Order: sequence, then C-alpha cells, then structure tokens
Amino acid sequence: MLAMTLEQPTWLHPWPAGAKMAAMAVAMVGFLPVTDPWVIAALVAGTAALYASLGAVALRRGLRLLRPLLLVIAAIMAWHLIIGSPRQGAVICLRILGLVALANLVTLTTRLDDMTAVLERLLSPLRRLGLNTAAVSLALALVIRCIPVLSQKGGALLDAWRARSPRRAGFRIAVPLALVALDDADHLAEALRARGGVARPD
Amino acid sequence: MERSLTMVALFAALIAVLGLFPSFMLFTGVPISAQSLGVMLCGAVLGARRGALAVLLFLVLVALGLPLLAGGRGGLGVFVGPTSGFLYGWVVAAFVTGWIAQNWRGVDLAIAAGSGALIGGVVVLYAFGAAGMMLVIGLSLTEALAALGAFIPGDIIKAVVAGVIAGAIHRARPGMVMTR
Repeated sequence: MLAMTLEQPTWLHPWPAGAKMAAMAVAMVGFLPVTDPWVIAALVAGTAALYASLGAVALRRGLRLLRPLLLVIAAIMAWHLIIGSPRQGAVICLRILGLVALANLVTLTTRLDDMTAVLERLLSPLRRLGLNTAAVSLALALVIRCIPVLSQKGGALLDAWRARSPRRAGFRIAVPLALVALDDADHLAEALRARGGVARPD
Repeated sequence: MERSLTMVALFAALIAVLGLFPSFMLFTGVPISAQSLGVMLCGAVLGARRGALAVLLFLVLVALGLPLLAGGRGGLGVFVGPTSGFLYGWVVAAFVTGWIAQNWRGVDLAIAAGSGALIGGVVVLYAFGAAGMMLVIGLSLTEALAALGAFIPGDIIKAVVAGVIAGAIHRARPGMVMTR
C-alpha cells in the first residue's frame, strides 16, 4: 500500500517530522485571526510558493489533494454572494484552502515511519497512565499489513459473486467480508498468544 | 487482550477496505460509500469501547498519511477541512452504536444494532458533522442542517443495512460478536 509521501526528496523531506508539525500548527494558528481577504490571500499565495519551491510535482500533487474541496468551496462562495457578503465568503474559502494545504504539505514531505515515530513519542507519556504503547504500535502495523490481505480476499468474494449472479453484489458482500475479518482476527490472536502475547513489557 | 487487539485491528482494516469498494447505489439511486457502514459495523460487532478504538486506529493511519478514506483521500489535511466534523464524529458514532447494541438485550441483534446505528451513525454523527461545518465554514445551525439534509436519507438506509448485516454476522458467528 502506497503512502501519500512524495517519492522524490525535496528540501523539506529531511526536516524532523516533529519540527514540521510544530511549524504547521504555528502557521495554522496564524491563519485563524485574519479577517482581511487580501491578507489571507497573501498567506495562501505564500503557501502556494512553498509548494512551488518543492518542485512542479509537489505543486501538482498539492493541487490534486485540494480538488475534492473545490465543490464545497464553490458552494460556500455562491452562498455568500447570494447573502451579500463576498468579503467574508472569500476569507472563509481562502482560509479552508490554506489550512488544508498546509496540513497536506506535512503529509506530502514526511515518510510514514517518521510520522509513526512522532505518534509514538507523543503517546509515550501515557505509558505511565497504563497505556500499552507497544500494543498500539503492533495494532498500527497489523492494520497496515491486513488491509491488502483483506482487500484481496474481498476481491475474491466479489469475483465469486459475479461468477454466480447477474445482479450486483451491493451491500450484501459486507457480510462475508466482515466474517473474513472476524476469522482472521481470531487466527491472528491465537498466533500472537502462541508467541508470548502482547502483555506490557515493563 | 490479544483477541481484542486483533479484532480492533481487523475492523480498522475493514473500514479501509469498504472504502476501496465502489460506492453502491441503493434503490434510491443515491450513491453511498460503504465506509461509514464499516464504522457502524465496528460498534455493532465489537461493542462501544473496542468499536470506537477501531475507528480511532483507522483515523490515526489516515492522519499518518495513508490515503484510506473513500476516494483515496487522506493525510492531515482532511482533519481541518469542512467535512472534518464527520471524521471526529465517527469515533463517537461507533461508540454510541456499540453501546446501544450491547445494552439493549432481549431483541435480535439486527434490531439493537440497527437502532444503535440510527442514533449513533446518523443523529450523533450529523451533530458532529454540522458542528464541524459551523466551525470551519461559519454556518449557522439551520444553514448547516439544510446543507446536510440531502444526505440524511441515504445514511438512514445505511443504518438499517448495518443492522441487517450485524444480524447476519451474529447468525453466522454467534460466539464471536462481542455485543452479544
């Protein structure tokens, strides 16, 4: 399964993931109090310039990630034109674009391993409260491993349906798929238990 | 402990896989993504706590940068967008669905899980979705509900479907459904 990280390294890739997220958070807070459409347009332009400095591929991917938003943005702008507050509409639309683009910038330039390391560091203080962080890490790895397996089995279920029925499978396919998930979970639990289980290491 | 962990992990994977499936048309003709069906099933089959944990685990992987949301969306951006309220609401939706499914005994799981999905996966979820739109887009409550109204019938159908599926799972694997 492919993560969303840009394959070609950019100058932002080697930055520590934690620093990038902190910078993102600060930049986002900077967006929030702005009420002047020109100021926020300048901030969005700055974000776009940041993407552009990473290369054409980053800019294209960044724009593609914003595409699902365009319909919503258009609807918001249309609504604000109707009620006669185009300035406020522009501020809201630009703010959404800017915030989402900033957040995506971190995702596009940080490898999954580095993001996971940040999460583990953030969770580690909770160990004292009784959270089994090793189990969390194991669960994350399990899901990543199980998605392609489950997806493949789901594909096989759909093929089996198509071979036997002219009708579309529809939601009915969710029943055997959930059963596959239940059975796989049962087998995995036994395998884990046989290997010492997931008791807290300390 | 091991069983809880693998169940939570596999149902998180199930949400992802249901998102990969093409959205199916029910008899209304409204396209429906199966992904939130997976969220309701997490609660209905795993119960309140484990169901919410499975959804949380799925969302963590989305935030870490896996494009697992329906339509191949993912990353940190979706958590600040206009529909992010629904993502946060999913965790609570699974919890409420599971809580009702596990505490309403004496009826078939299909009924309990379906009712749970109606309250958790529709009422509670839309409350979160509307709150998110009010915060991000600055809509009033009535404006947010008007904008979302068109999607509610589809989700009501999905809640009923979730109940039917949960009942079928219970009949096939009576010992493994954690809400019964």
